[in-house]
This record gives sequence, structure tokens and C-alpha cells, in this order.
Amino acid sequence: MRPGGLVAVSRCGGCRGREELLWLTACTVGRVGGSVVESMAIEVTTTGPSGDGSVGLVERHTLKLFSSAVPLVLAGGGRLDEVTVAYETYGTLSPQRDNAIFVCHALTGDSHAAGRHDSESDKTGWWDNFIGPGKGLDTDRYFVICANVLGGCQGTTGPGDLRDGSNGPWGLEFPFITVDDMVTVHAALIDHLGIQQLLAVIGGSLGGMQVLEWAARFPDTIRSAIVLASGAKLSARGIAFNAIGRRAILVDPNFHDGDYYSHEESPRFGLALARMVAHVTYLSEASIEMKFGRRLQDGDRYAYDLARETEFQVESYLHHQGKRFVERFDANSYLYLTRAMDYFDLAATYESLPAALGNTDARFLVVSYSTDWLFPTSQSREMVSAMVEAERDVTMVEFESPYGHDAFLIEHEQLVGVVAPFLERTLGANRRPS
Amino acid sequence: MSGTRYSMPGPDISLIDELLLEHIDDGSRVIDLGCGDGRLLERLQSERGCRVLGVELGEAEVTAVIGRGLPVIRGDLDQGLGDIPTDSFDTAVLSQTLQQVQRPTTVLREMLRVAHRALVVVPNFGHWRVRLKVIQQGRAPVTDSLPYEWYDTPNLHVCSMHDIRDLVEQLGLRIIREVPIIGGRPVEHAWWANLRANSALYVLERAVGRA
Repeated sequence: MRPGGLVAVSRCGGCRGREELLWLTACTVGRVGGSVVESMAIEVTTTGPSGDGSVGLVERHTLKLFSSAVPLVLAGGGRLDEVTVAYETYGTLSPQRDNAIFVCHALTGDSHAAGRHDSESDKTGWWDNFIGPGKGLDTDRYFVICANVLGGCQGTTGPGDLRDGSNGPWGLEFPFITVDDMVTVHAALIDHLGIQQLLAVIGGSLGGMQVLEWAARFPDTIRSAIVLASGAKLSARGIAFNAIGRRAILVDPNFHDGDYYSHEESPRFGLALARMVAHVTYLSEASIEMKFGRRLQDGDRYAYDLARETEFQVESYLHHQGKRFVERFDANSYLYLTRAMDYFDLAATYESLPAALGNTDARFLVVSYSTDWLFPTSQSREMVSAMVEAERDVTMVEFESPYGHDAFLIEHEQLVGVVAPFLERTLGANRRPS
Repeated sequence: MSGTRYSMPGPDISLIDELLLEHIDDGSRVIDLGCGDGRLLERLQSERGCRVLGVELGEAEVTAVIGRGLPVIRGDLDQGLGDIPTDSFDTAVLSQTLQQVQRPTTVLREMLRVAHRALVVVPNFGHWRVRLKVIQQGRAPVTDSLPYEWYDTPNLHVCSMHDIRDLVEQLGLRIIREVPIIGGRPVEHAWWANLRANSALYVLERAVGRA
């Protein structure tokens, strides 16, 4: 890492945390491992710059939901007799059970949103800078739940799991799933936990889509809905990038029609390529210039060697991201989840956006970021328009940020500024007698 | 971005709020453009049962509105009200803000697109003290009710009550009511209002037959 990158970065820090976060990010360029703010990823900073507390050691729980008698009937027509859900919780559920917040993770996230699994490891949950005592989702006050999505590969039933009544994994025999189905499973989890109504559902990107779906399908089960860097549908450009990612996986010779689990090799080159492409969509022009510019990885001269695939820092970074990703993600899950994202179109499903969002009394908070081109502010405005038309209580803020789509995972101080008072007032207005 | 741009604190603020409240129906839908910290919205919601929405540019003000538990959209009035559907409110309020936006005509048109009725409070630069300062000193006026130096003022436009009437007519809008605020009191049908009023409230509607 050459020092030039840090200078460019530090001048833009309006807040203390940003410099430090960026520094950590910059350090990961190339070969360096360790703690990172990773785009849309699940390995995040270890030392929260806010100085606030951590939820400490946490455990992943699993729960079996549905049965052959009461199967999960999927929006695409398929069914699953049994679904395992992996989830974590932080904080304490109040005796009135009115302080629960459900966190919906994005495309490649998981249930491990905060704290650590292992006291020896410094690896923390993907939203550790936002969830914890005194943080944005203050675990001294709220009971926070995060669960892996259906079709995922981090504990909740997905294509990599054993098929009902067989010895082999599902692979592409796994039924088609939608955002709708993900929410159905999570709503069943909440119900199982004995929570009738959530104080809030919150999520960014694909997580934001789940929040919107939740408001549309289970309008009475939420008191507020917080949608970050998301939209009521995926744009054509978003679908296009997903298509490239899927294509990369499908043409990998190790894909074997999705039945690669018994083979020695998985389609890791395809999956890594999919991740590299997606990663570019999470960055903005400003952030990619700021982080990397045209800087070279080693030295300051071109090698004039085509075999050197990581000559520029940006190349090295993308390769690194791809490589890290295949260690933790299943290619089939990537296919299923990106397809679910492509299919998401709230207005089409419910005839119109006001019809979709008009049945809940939940308060909405919509947040977008100025340089997010995957889910641009115009998509948030479209939602807000529908919410106003449906006479819902809606607050919307577009934050200035250079970090593109990733901003919702990075700019936590801005986010705390609106989310904390929003939650406080929502809880205050709905506090149940104990 | 200027935090004070859309919310000019002034001595008349509570008076103006009272005056605005008088012109808003109980239980109606109200959008307050340049709502500041949301104090008017809070009263409208809690005392009058209105369904409210604020629009505000200043970050600190937006946070304050959220802290009151009220809905608010952070936005620049000069960019229009594109997110707000036509006719989605009964009343749009614009208090002490028209002179601070870049395009007052756009803002007025937008107000009467999203709401049936607009309440606009504008400072009156036709007040005799303002005129006197100009004549006596030959300098841009600074008065108690307009306490800004010309180089450091949120007020981009200088207009009198006469000017507002002309503009409203030009836009094809109707003045339903005009209430001059003189010496801290609303005085309807005041003599020499354009000389005496520090500011004025206008109740505007679309002209009949116009969309």
C-alpha cells in the first residue's frame, strides 16, 4: 500500500470514524487480511470507531419451521416441508415484548450481524458498527434479531442443504424462491419467538426490499419500516449486472449444472467473477477513484506483462474480494438470491405501490445516498411518493456520501442521527403498559 | 448548505404560527415547506389532529423534526416537490421562506399543485422603515424585522405586498385573503398596509378553471 491513497481519503472525513474506516479499507487492498469494511460483505470492522460497546460474544441459533403437514408454500409454486432458520439476537426482549427490531440482511449477508462468535477472533458481525450498546440499534434498549434468508448458505435452508428425504444436496432442484418467501419465513420465526409486533424492520439493498415486502404482506406486524439504499424494484441495470454474475457461474466448467457438491472443485472462478462484477456496482466513481485511482499495486512502473492480473490496485482489490467471497458463499445460493432480487417488483405484485404500502400503519423511514447508482435516490423518491399518496407517515433523507451503494454499511454516524430518534419516538408512541 | 435558509428565526414566529393555525382546518392534511424544527407541525398534529408532513433542507432541523416524532422529507424547495403527488394535501404552508428560494414562481406553482390552498407569509420590504433607510442612508436596509446585511442575508428576493399581488395575478392564482402583520398584530383591511406591514399572510388558491 502506497501512502498516497490515505491522503486523498482523509480530507473528506467529516466525522472521526470515516477516516479510520477508510484506512482499514485501504489496508485490505491487495494481500492484507485482517479486519475490513468490506463491501456488502459480512466481515466488517473490528474496532468500532464510535467507541461504543459491543454486544460481546454471541451465538447462532437454529430453528426448524414448517412441516409436511404445514409446508411452506412458495410464491413460485414450489413447497418446502421443513425450513431451518439460522438467527441471532442481541439485547433483551422487554416484558411487554414491544422493543424487537428485525434486521434484514443484504444479498450476501448472514445472521451474524453483531458481536463475535469466538473470543479469540477479532471478526465481528457485518453491522457491528451499528448494532450494540449505545449504537444506532441500541441493544441496551432494543431486542435485535437477524436471520439468514431462505435460499442462503449461512444456516438457513438453501440449495446447498440436503434435500428432504434424500442424501444429496438440492442443487438446482431447490425450488424457486422470492423476496416474498424470505419474508414469510422470517415472519414465522418472529411468531415462533412470541413477538406479535415488531418495533421496526430495517434493512439495506435486498434487505430493504424485504422490509418493503414485510410492510405489504404483514402490515399489522410492524410499527415502523426502515428502508436503506433500496427500491421497490430492481432496475434494469441491476438485473443486467446480476445476469453477468450468474452467467459467470453457469459457464464455469466446475458448475456441473449446480451439482458440484460431490466434486472436488466448486465453480469458484465463476463465483469470484460474479463477486468482482457486483463489487463494482457497490462503489461510486468517487469512492473507486479515492480508494485506488490508477495506483499500481507494486512499484510505480508498468510491467508490460499480460499475465500480471493484479497490476493496478483496483484489480488487486477485486481479485481479493472475489477470493474471499468464494470461501464463504455458495454459487447456487448466489443464483437463487440474485434471481429473487430480479423478480422483486412490489408495484407489479400488489397492482400499485400505494396499494402495496397503504395497508400498514407503520411509520416509514427511507434513506438513500447521493452516489448510489445501483439504487439511486430516484428509486427512494418513487417509494416516498407512493407512501405520501397512500397517506402514510413517511420520513425521507438523502445523505451526501462518496461511498455509493456501500454507504449504508459505512456511514453509520449519519444513519444513527436519523434512525436513533426515529426509533425512540416510535417506541415512545407505542409503548405498551407493562 | 445553509441551516437557516428555510427557517428564519424572528420575533414574530409564535404570532405567525398562531395566524397560520387560524387558517388551517382541524383534521386536514398539511404540508409545511421549510418547516424548520417542526414546531408548527407538532401543534397541527397534536392540537388540531392534522395529518402533517414537513419539507426541510437543513440537516439539524430535519433531525429535530424526527426527534418530535413527525414525518419529514429532506429536500430543496428549488428542486420542486416532485415526490409529492398532485392534490395530496389540503393546505401547503410556506412561512417566511418565499423570499429565500431561488425560484419563487416554481415554488408557488408547486404548492398549489400538491395542495388546494397555500398559506404564504412574506416579509414586506415596502415597510416605511425599509424605505426610509434606503432614502436616508442610501444603503441596503437593515431593520428589526429584516436584520440582515445585504452580503449576508438568506433573503434572495426583495418584494413588497404590491409585488406579491402582481406575481400572484401573473401566475393565475387567487388571493383568498390577505392579512398584513403590523407591529406584531394581524390587521385585516389595514390602511396603507404596504407602508405599515412588517410582513403579510396570503391565502392563495388556484384560479377557477385552472388546473
